[in-house]
Amino acid sequence: MNQTNQMMTGNLAAAWGARLADVDYVPAFPITPQTEIVETLSKWCGTGALNARFVTMDSEHSMMTAAGAAAATGARVFTATSSQGLLHAFEVLYTVAGWRVPLVLVNVSRALASPITLEPDHNDVLAARDSGFLQIHAETCQEIVDSILMAYRIAEDPRVCLPVMVNLDGFYLSFTREPVILPDPRMVQAFLPAYRPTHLGFKASSPRALGTAVLGGATYSYFRHQNHLASMNALLVHEEAAVDFERLCGRRYDLVEGYRLDDAEDVLIMTNAFASKGKAAVDVARAEGKRVGLLRLRVIRPWPADAIRHALQGRRAVAVLDQNLSPGQGGILFQEIAASLYHEALRPRALCSFIGGLGGKNLSEGEFRAIFEQTAEAGVRGKGIGPVLLYTEMEYREMEQLQYLAHDLKTGK
Amino acid sequence: MAWEPHMFKELHQIPREEHVFPGTPLCAGCGGLESLRLASKVLGSHVVYVNAAGCFTNLAAFPFTPLDASWLYTTMGSAPAGAQGVRDALDVLIAKGRLPKEEDLKVVVLGGDGSTYDMALSSTSGAITRKLDFYYFCYDNEAYGNTGVQLSPATPYGARTSTSPCGVQHPAGTTQEKKDIFEIWRAHKPPYMATVSPRFPLDLEEKFARAEEYRGPKLFLAFAACPTGWLFDPAYTPDVARLAVECGLWPLKEAINGTVTHTYIPKRKPVEEYLKLQGRFRHLFEPTRQDEAIRHIQARVDDYWKQVNG
Ligand SMILES: Cc1ncc(C[n+]2csc(CCOP(=O)(O)OP(=O)(O)O)c2C)c(N)n1
Ligand code: SF4
Repeated sequence: MNQTNQMMTGNLAAAWGARLADVDYVPAFPITPQTEIVETLSKWCGTGALNARFVTMDSEHSMMTAAGAAAATGARVFTATSSQGLLHAFEVLYTVAGWRVPLVLVNVSRALASPITLEPDHNDVLAARDSGFLQIHAETCQEIVDSILMAYRIAEDPRVCLPVMVNLDGFYLSFTREPVILPDPRMVQAFLPAYRPTHLGFKASSPRALGTAVLGGATYSYFRHQNHLASMNALLVHEEAAVDFERLCGRRYDLVEGYRLDDAEDVLIMTNAFASKGKAAVDVARAEGKRVGLLRLRVIRPWPADAIRHALQGRRAVAVLDQNLSPGQGGILFQEIAASLYHEALRPRALCSFIGGLGGKNLSEGEFRAIFEQTAEAGVRGKGIGPVLLYTEMEYREMEQLQYLAHDLKTGK
Repeated sequence: MAWEPHMFKELHQIPREEHVFPGTPLCAGCGGLESLRLASKVLGSHVVYVNAAGCFTNLAAFPFTPLDASWLYTTMGSAPAGAQGVRDALDVLIAKGRLPKEEDLKVVVLGGDGSTYDMALSSTSGAITRKLDFYYFCYDNEAYGNTGVQLSPATPYGARTSTSPCGVQHPAGTTQEKKDIFEIWRAHKPPYMATVSPRFPLDLEEKFARAEEYRGPKLFLAFAACPTGWLFDPAYTPDVARLAVECGLWPLKEAINGTVTHTYIPKRKPVEEYLKLQGRFRHLFEPTRQDEAIRHIQARVDDYWKQVNG
């Protein structure tokens, strides 16, 4: 079976993921940098290239409700948003996860207002980490297509039945062209069979109630616990899907990805598109004789605690580079990594927390060099550092200049 | 031309089948529930109710439901969008041959006035603009009932609620006028809209039956006398509902493709008769009579009917 190779943006790749998954329904609402995804899908629905109904909704809150309701009725549903849009849909994220509907939502990460910006960090997607959605974070355009197909396969598995969010970085992936191999549709069919749910659907012959009130905490606790167990099941189902996907398409995706980890003393942890920068920095450091490696977290929910522990066992020091900020606390993923390592006898001697790339701010070679040096020192001392916000002197001077302009130039007030 | 019923001229014509069974957790004497029960006699059981947060959310409390139809609880602000998703999915699945046509359902949004007039208004506007084929059933108890009877945009002038108490500044309670949701809907040009009251069951059944002929958004605003929130004995629910219509406060009307017809022209008793029955208006009469507020309410009603009768 043929796989075709094309240059495409991450947004187009996301649209292709939905098209190859042969989705039935796409409710949409525009937000930069996600718009190219829904524009492409609406075009395909118009030409018949995709046999699905496309509806422009009145908000993301409505969009997410329509998406969940259609999935609850038995359709395969796709939608996409970003940043403020994801937050506007927040109430409904929890609702549809509680309905246990297996839809796929692509989030194109963009930093949140205020101040307003278009460029990415991960406070949008990570704010949704407790919603019950599973989360897959893609590093490349290829991984976007492949992750969407895997996402449907996992979401629709009877052991899971949960919605999945596939995350990609605004601008760094959404509008970056990369070579993408599109799997043959027959290949996709073998991997992702047609969606025929038996547990969902509204029909005349068998009335059903979904999302009913529960009175008394015990019933609520039971349903919540089921949600947790289903999410944990996704760890296993992901592995099975990864094996099948590799067999059919030749590409392998695990919960976490190790880069030059084998003999690494110190490990840098990253996610998403900036992990490519991190890998390049590892190559530079390796050329200088440093034994460093990178661990990329691909699946954030369910949290792949075992895979992380296994990858970090016996390392000297670990640095988490969070592209997000929980004000008053620091990096969000750092906390989760620390929690995973707490009980490990062979845990790294030092954990370091760095925060960078906020709002798309570049990470320079020098910054990576500083991270590796400080992490190594921390490992030797046996004492972690951070959270350290990465900001260069040059950037700080530019900021001062802007502040000067923002004030009254004459009085300098 | 006077409004004429086509199908429901006598009580015995109302279907005997029940689709809302007794034993719900709602309050005794809930007038909204009475409307729903009557509506369901025409709607039947091939229905999916898409519910917004409110009193009626308690109708389906796991594992019980008094309905023989389907149910989807959404949120307070997006039940119309939920209806969109269900309707679209049913259409797509039928078109693709994955669901037999006989399995199709009517999609009915079920929400209180708070969500209808306030939080779900943009979602509703979107659904009407998209010409969604659905029923919107709003039981109007003129307050955020389920949270303890707070002021909603449907609360009428002069009513006391738990967030519009009678104070030194506002001795008459609520100072705002009831939002005219009927006209807001009508500006969207849906094919069918109606107000109903359970005390006028033939009128109610007739309207649900008529609406069936129209594809697109269909609004039903149901008068929902609320003993708990309006502070009257549940035994008086029928009287309160009847007087709302007879005093001219709840006009029974219909709008087909935007043309409004009043389906019942009351002789119009003084509004006092209606107000006096309810605790939420007691401050207008005791300890001192607030003539100005009562006159204001009466004037509003008179203005309305003057504009109707020309
Ligand atoms: C987003 C959101 N805010 C607030 C609530 C709390 N809430 C639940 S029911 C309700 C009252 C709804 O009033 P209405 O729509 O008039 O229906 P009623 O309670 O009178 O039946 C409110 C405010 C909620 N469920 N969701
Ligand atoms: S509070 Fe009023 S509207 Fe709500 S269930 Fe009770 S009587 Fe009905």
